[in-house]
Amino acid sequence: MTAPVLEIRDLAVEFKTDTGLTRALRNVNFDVPRGEVTAIVGESGSGKSVTANCIMRLIQPPGRITGGSIRFAPTASQAFDIAALEDKDERLLDLRGGHISMVFQEPMTALSPVHNIGGQVAEAILCHREVSKEQAWAEAAQMLAHVGIGDIERRMTMYPFEFSGGMRQRVVIAMALVCNPEVLICDEPTTALDVTIQAEILTLIRNLQDELKNSVIFITHDLGVVAQIADHVVVMYQGRVLEIGTVRQVLKQPVHPYTKGLLKAIPGVVDPGERLATIASVVGDADITTPFPLIKLSDGRQVSLPRGHVPAELKP
Amino acid sequence: MTSVLSAVLRAAEPGRSLLDAVRRLARPYVVRRIFGMIPTVVFISIIIFVVIQLPPGDIVTSTLDRLQSSGVEVSAEQVQNLRAQFNLDKPMHMQYLHWAGGFVVGDMGYSYRYSRPVNELVWERLGYTLLIAVSAVFFTWIVAVPIGIFSAIRQYSIGDYTFTVIGLIGIATPHFLLALLFMYAAYEWFGISIGGLFSPEYREAPWTLAKVWDLCQHIWIPMVVLGLGGTAATMRVLRANLLDELNKPYVVTARAKGVRPVKLVLKYPLRIALNPFASTVGLLLPTLIAGDVIVSRVLNLPTLGQLLLDALLTQDMFLAGSIVMLQVILIQFGLLLSDLVLAWIDPRIRYE
Repeated sequence: MTAPVLEIRDLAVEFKTDTGLTRALRNVNFDVPRGEVTAIVGESGSGKSVTANCIMRLIQPPGRITGGSIRFAPTASQAFDIAALEDKDERLLDLRGGHISMVFQEPMTALSPVHNIGGQVAEAILCHREVSKEQAWAEAAQMLAHVGIGDIERRMTMYPFEFSGGMRQRVVIAMALVCNPEVLICDEPTTALDVTIQAEILTLIRNLQDELKNSVIFITHDLGVVAQIADHVVVMYQGRVLEIGTVRQVLKQPVHPYTKGLLKAIPGVVDPGERLATIASVVGDADITTPFPLIKLSDGRQVSLPRGHVPAELKP
Repeated sequence: MTSVLSAVLRAAEPGRSLLDAVRRLARPYVVRRIFGMIPTVVFISIIIFVVIQLPPGDIVTSTLDRLQSSGVEVSAEQVQNLRAQFNLDKPMHMQYLHWAGGFVVGDMGYSYRYSRPVNELVWERLGYTLLIAVSAVFFTWIVAVPIGIFSAIRQYSIGDYTFTVIGLIGIATPHFLLALLFMYAAYEWFGISIGGLFSPEYREAPWTLAKVWDLCQHIWIPMVVLGLGGTAATMRVLRANLLDELNKPYVVTARAKGVRPVKLVLKYPLRIALNPFASTVGLLLPTLIAGDVIVSRVLNLPTLGQLLLDALLTQDMFLAGSIVMLQVILIQFGLLLSDLVLAWIDPRIRYE
């Protein structure tokens, strides 16, 4: 097994607000294996997106990374800690869009309304490589064709408001992949789309990953999507990591009561009048808000529980 | 009208610049807009004519008053002749047609007060008026845009607060007071003659480099005085607009793409934050021409605003009516200009 492309250790983020300090992330630890899809799951406010923004260093004031490290190991160059980079560091500008890029949740607003599609995609190339504008446009056209946009010549001079949501998300994906980044972060890329388009976009991301072999971090709250796309799963709750494992381990043999609760809360076939399971009732007396350090069960399998609660057959 | 513009942009094939397309196809749109102005202008010209006729008395009665008060007797026949000379004996609608018809062929009539054609009076001032107005707008923008950007990016910083306070003082200070202060400073510290756009020795002189230099020495006072008032407002509006845009997802996307910080702000949010200014750029022309009457008085500037005030005071109907009509036409063209600028910078508006 090759070394992970990203190693996140004890990452902490705080937001200073008028009502006090919000600790958005505390002691977040996980690895992103090279060339595979890692899903981060959790409910709203669990810190999934904040984690992604940390990796891109997109946390804006009043938010601040207050501790921890994000070790990024590119294949071609020296590894470095993203969290420790100065704001003006060239490596940071190079990193964004060049080595790590991001697909956002809202395709309707993620593109500039007053710049044409071709220009926006080509700009990603021009930011990172010394090529002519024509060359950048040609490569942008290729990438757009690759993500399934037809009639490229005409579409490239069109503007985002002339595109549907699904088409825009394809553009955003093309923009993210056009510099062939090592890591692609997808922050709920299908949440704002309807179900059929959602399936198309998921297939597209999966196929592109198979082909380009880049590492993908896929953020979602939808366990169905996780089952469909992920190799590894990181479960987050209240800014902490509760459970880490392969998709099979986490979905088939969840250890943490919260993960079990999440799985039970998936809407299935129910009788009329039956209520969905809620997390509070399944967790019972194991208090999920008390932080416990992650215990390593096996390679790539960790859980945040007091030692006594770990099932005997899983104990290392 | 919108369908025409969208046709313009459909024609913008890749490889061909947007301006080319506009040049090729925008012409019918502009021509149509200009024809569309005609009813508006005619309607307003009627209102102007009526309003100017409303006050009691006309040019003949005020001339008679003057003559009589200086002891000159005027016979009824002479009065009749005077009225005929100014077409005042004709029915109202004929007077209107005569006035409006002259306007169409570029003859704005005759000023009784100055005993010169209105055309001459207006043209000799229009150039200076536009010069002052345009330089004031440039001053406003050159000062306000960078400060607005700074204030938005460094919101609630000491610099932001400082500029806000200065801006509010700028809004609150009456223009004429600023004009007086600046004139004092210019005379006391730089020894520049007070008032007007030229030193006395150049006032009637033909255009030379020295005269241009003299103009440069004088124009900064009206430029700064007229520009400062707008600066504060522009800078606050830009700050607010930019703050709205700065955290929009498309800015985050661009940042995530690796766009450099300075380019990021200038290329994305600023572009959209400037929209409201584009829509008012056309309206600046008439307001600046009309809005500077008091400052023009104080600074003794040869602008249209001052001429209009004089004309109204002396019931110089052709002159006053002509200036107001000119402003109406300027507003119409200003609106067209705004629409074109807006369509040029914001594609969403082109297609709607």
